[in-house]
Amino acid sequence: MMREPAAERIPILKMGDVLLVTIQVEMHDQLALTLQNDLIEAIIREHARGVLIDISALEVVDSFIGRVIRDTAAMSKLLGALTVVVGIRPAVAITLVDLGLSLGDVPTAMTVEKGMELLRFARAAAPQPAGGEGEHERGSQ
Amino acid sequence: MSVARSDRVAVRSGEDLLHLRQMVRQWAVDIGFGLLDQTRIVTAASELGRNMVDFAGGGVVRLEELADLGRRGLRLTFEDHGPGIPDVELALRDGYSTGSGLGLGLGGARRLMNEFSIASKVGSGTTVAITRWR
Repeated sequence: MMREPAAERIPILKMGDVLLVTIQVEMHDQLALTLQNDLIEAIIREHARGVLIDISALEVVDSFIGRVIRDTAAMSKLLGALTVVVGIRPAVAITLVDLGLSLGDVPTAMTVEKGMELLRFARAAAPQPAGGEGEHERGSQ
Repeated sequence: MSVARSDRVAVRSGEDLLHLRQMVRQWAVDIGFGLLDQTRIVTAASELGRNMVDFAGGGVVRLEELADLGRRGLRLTFEDHGPGIPDVELALRDGYSTGSGLGLGLGGARRLMNEFSIASKVGSGTTVAITRWR
């Protein structure tokens, strides 16, 4: 919608002030990093308040992809957008725990619909206007 | 224990890593592993393959289907000629990393598999073998 999905890019869709990323291919490392950059740019450009990353098509999440997801969520939070990771497969969840990888405090939901609900709920719980909470957190990671 | 079949694949880049994951998954499916074990094996392969690419400039992975007293297994052996690991015990510890990852590669791969062995010599390379049995 916003961006033409060129080769080797994962499209980012805009739904109101929420960005939706549906990862439909197994990602190699560079593609994951490209997505991270594209998403951060899109959050800034679109003044997004929420991000849904749908990984239900991912059959494997190793420590690299896990770290990219966790870091992307942390970056978006600093920019005032809450990230929800959606659709982690049961086998992937079990493997992540075996691996010792935690996604930190990144919220998760089973489906995109439930993820949207979670974003609405989070916003209702913190009805701060944009800019309010971000300011004292501007130190870089 | 006997080796029913084997194959080798070079892993030098992120795209090779993707190919390795696909190949390992296909072998795991062929051997009859369930979805959870497939995921564990592919994830472990991805961790060790990435170590080879990041720290040793790549290497070779040998895939072997094992048969032992009626059970079947998959052994993956990662061999590189990189700088080697000076302190293997330390490298196996969670959170220890000299690269860009989380330092979960070796220890994580060990937890995901039934058998794990590592031999490393500074200056000549590292060999890691992992096996999962059905």
